[in-house]
Amino acid sequence: MQKRSIIPILYILFLLLPIYWLVAMSFKTTGEILSGFSLFPQTWTFDNYRVIFTDPTWYWGYINSIIYVSLNTVISVVVALPAAYAFSRYNFLGGKQLFFWLLTNRMAPAAVFALPFFQLYSAVGLFDTHLAVALAHCLFNIPLAVWILEGFMSGVPKELDETAYVDGYSFPRFFISIFLPAISSGVGVAAFFCFMFSWVELLLAKTLTAVAAKPIAATMTKTASSAGYELGLLAAAGTLTIIPGAIVIYFVRNYIARGFALGRV
Amino acid sequence: MAKITLSRLRHSYFPNPAGPQDYALKEIDLDWDDGGAYALLGPSGCGKSTLLNIISGLIVPSEGSILFDDRDVTGLPPAERNIAQVFQFPVIYDTMTVFDNLAFPLRNRRVPAEKVAARVKEIAEMLEVTDMLQTRAANLSPDNKQKISMGRGLVRDDVNVVMFDEPLTVIDPHLKWKLRSKLKELHQRVRATMIYVTHDQTEALTFADQVVVMQEGDVVQIGTPVELFDRPAHTFVGHFIGSPGMNVLPCAVRDGGAFLGDTRVTLEGAVSADAQGDTQIGIRPEFVSLATTGLEAKVRKVADVGRHNVVEAMLGDIRVNAIVEGAAPAQGETVHLNFEPAQTRLYNDGWIATEPGEAAQ
Amino acid sequence: MKTVNQRAWFFVAPVLLLVAFNALIPMMTVVNYSVQETFGDNLFFWQGVDWFEKLLNSDRFHAALGRQFLFTGIILAIEVPLGVIIALAMPRKGFWVPVCLVTMALPMLIPWNVVGAMWNIFTLPDIGLLGYFMNHTLGLNYNMTQDPLAAWITIIVMDVWHWTSLVVLLSYAGLVSIPDAYYQAAKIDGASSWSVFRYIQLPKMKQVLTIAILLRFMDSFNIYTEPFVLTGGGPGNSTTLLSIDLVKIALGQFDLGPAAAMSLIYFAITLLASWLFYTLMTRNDAR
Repeated sequence: MQKRSIIPILYILFLLLPIYWLVAMSFKTTGEILSGFSLFPQTWTFDNYRVIFTDPTWYWGYINSIIYVSLNTVISVVVALPAAYAFSRYNFLGGKQLFFWLLTNRMAPAAVFALPFFQLYSAVGLFDTHLAVALAHCLFNIPLAVWILEGFMSGVPKELDETAYVDGYSFPRFFISIFLPAISSGVGVAAFFCFMFSWVELLLAKTLTAVAAKPIAATMTKTASSAGYELGLLAAAGTLTIIPGAIVIYFVRNYIARGFALGRV
Repeated sequence: MAKITLSRLRHSYFPNPAGPQDYALKEIDLDWDDGGAYALLGPSGCGKSTLLNIISGLIVPSEGSILFDDRDVTGLPPAERNIAQVFQFPVIYDTMTVFDNLAFPLRNRRVPAEKVAARVKEIAEMLEVTDMLQTRAANLSPDNKQKISMGRGLVRDDVNVVMFDEPLTVIDPHLKWKLRSKLKELHQRVRATMIYVTHDQTEALTFADQVVVMQEGDVVQIGTPVELFDRPAHTFVGHFIGSPGMNVLPCAVRDGGAFLGDTRVTLEGAVSADAQGDTQIGIRPEFVSLATTGLEAKVRKVADVGRHNVVEAMLGDIRVNAIVEGAAPAQGETVHLNFEPAQTRLYNDGWIATEPGEAAQ
Repeated sequence: MKTVNQRAWFFVAPVLLLVAFNALIPMMTVVNYSVQETFGDNLFFWQGVDWFEKLLNSDRFHAALGRQFLFTGIILAIEVPLGVIIALAMPRKGFWVPVCLVTMALPMLIPWNVVGAMWNIFTLPDIGLLGYFMNHTLGLNYNMTQDPLAAWITIIVMDVWHWTSLVVLLSYAGLVSIPDAYYQAAKIDGASSWSVFRYIQLPKMKQVLTIAILLRFMDSFNIYTEPFVLTGGGPGNSTTLLSIDLVKIALGQFDLGPAAAMSLIYFAITLLASWLFYTLMTRNDAR
């Protein structure tokens, strides 16, 4: 092993420590947590997890989150695909300005939009629905998806399009049966990023929901403040929120390096 | 400058090679003289790049040793070997100017500034890039970038050897010959030992004084371009060099002579005694002529390639190419083929199996 | 060359519609609020640019803005060099590559309030791993709910924990795209490892580093959830960053006018700074 490997090893250790503590905490009883410090759970308990899997306000939080995140990922990628194609292939009036304007929305602080979103989605009658959160997250996910896909599409030579037209393909058939497979890793990466940013965002998700579509993250904060300091329960809920992310990363692990460069390397 | 000796060199990319098939490079013994221009020629995957990387020190061979002027350098890292290498695509330092690029190898070796400036100027003049010295290297065209990479190899006057790894791959065809003749000219001016790796026979034959032809990790022949053309030591060399390549015709050996069917073919000289394997007759299309008597064949195709015609005739079910000056027979016509005896050789399991006769000079 | 084709607008229409719905209508609401005063009951009065003037002269805004710039400056100064160093030290191929990439990406996929809660649990003085270690093993007096400096250090370490991987992964993507021939040429040219970094690796990483710095700048400037959950902006106002202050005013006190004016100024600063960064960092490419 090389000497410099120590740097990534130390870094990964640093990354894992707080996660370890969260997981360890989730297996401790409330009594053990409050009675003092212990590096490992002294008496293992699954009570915290049992509460989450039996109490609908808890497990529905997960289901709600997964519903709106999936919905958002699908909307963002589907809508971004043709737009990214247009940006990567055509010059059109106002195209550059439009691209930049899209990106500015990625820069907008979510806090700025919290209140107006609340009023907007209440006005159109979508408040407290999964669709409201999914649509709201489009604000920052669509620009990102367009950006990533445009990067990948620009890497595909234009000759591919031309050859397909010469061979008599119609545009939709070309797009679906030739072009999409050619940028499939880009679609995967874009979907990954949409999933990631929708999954981790809370401020808008919390603002736009009350009961029916309340995300898990919001359930956690409310529990933390209302039901006293149930640290074990909180830790268990937190641990469970790491799992979907971990699964998704596992699937894109081979594209991760290229994906994070947004197809531009 | 130095003489290069490769002694019993072998290399495998596997930690425990089981047999010859695991070796990317099978045993090689070679001597290259100081100041010569050499080419390593072979198809991709023949081991020529492996050999190049062993000489430059990027790969340590599994067995054997490399000597520069009788000094063993097998274990030395590239920086301590005093060599230069030009890669397949131009490697330049984007953020530096052309001047800084050329000066880089000198500055790293703490050469005094005046000497650096003088040397860079000299090389820039040779390469005809003097007017670009202050431009950022990133803005150059590919052929100029490749010139700069070559320049970085030539700028040090203490290098043992300059190596070129298919340096013209990314260059536009109409600029290739220009860079190729530039390179030849540079070699004549600096007299450094140069090794040129390529799969293109034209590049190898025009550049090198001596060409090493490789196939599947083996050196099949070492010789001057003329030798490789005139008397290929292996059917592979005959086939790989020349356009079209040498005709290779399966034959039978009886009574010390070679037979195509029932016809005995006159060879350049005596057949060696151990020609018991898979035997073939090799003759270049240049030395096959159409005659009134001789082997009867049917013309399958005639291709006009400009200066002459290439006649493709079927001798039974064996294809024979002949280069014909002047009028060519029509397709389907029956012709008689005549092989020039001094250029007709027998190959046994691929390797040449006739003694050079008196007729072969 | 791209073809000129105005029908491209049909392709971008769905994106345009969705983003405009999400961006333009709320933005108009914000602009509308920012020039009015309300006393509730949906009664609004024209206020002109008063809110903007008041805000730009208010100490509270200056302080929050100052803290925001300090925070962003510190985390950029730590995360960018650290990320590059880690990326340089990572293996280029083999079994450990995916392992490294997956574990490093993990913190980024944890919901932001869970990140805050996790660090809260981690730093509790007597029962958190870090808190216990600081107070009992090292004998320091570490309590971020009381000590502003401890709170600052904690949110910075948390952000480094959360986001350095983004810089690592981007830099790594830049590094693995460098062909081996460059390193071989550098070896042959006798370049030192510093020269290799300065003349080969850094120039090749420039583009991805630009993306990394831009993303880190935007996201750290807009950060809300993690410090809010961790410190709630305290102790006192010591860690009240811009967005925490904004949400306090907008959703806490329902001062819609000032909040809206603040939103616009906030957004304008983010845009301006991002644009500045971008032009500065890509300036050399034009030449």
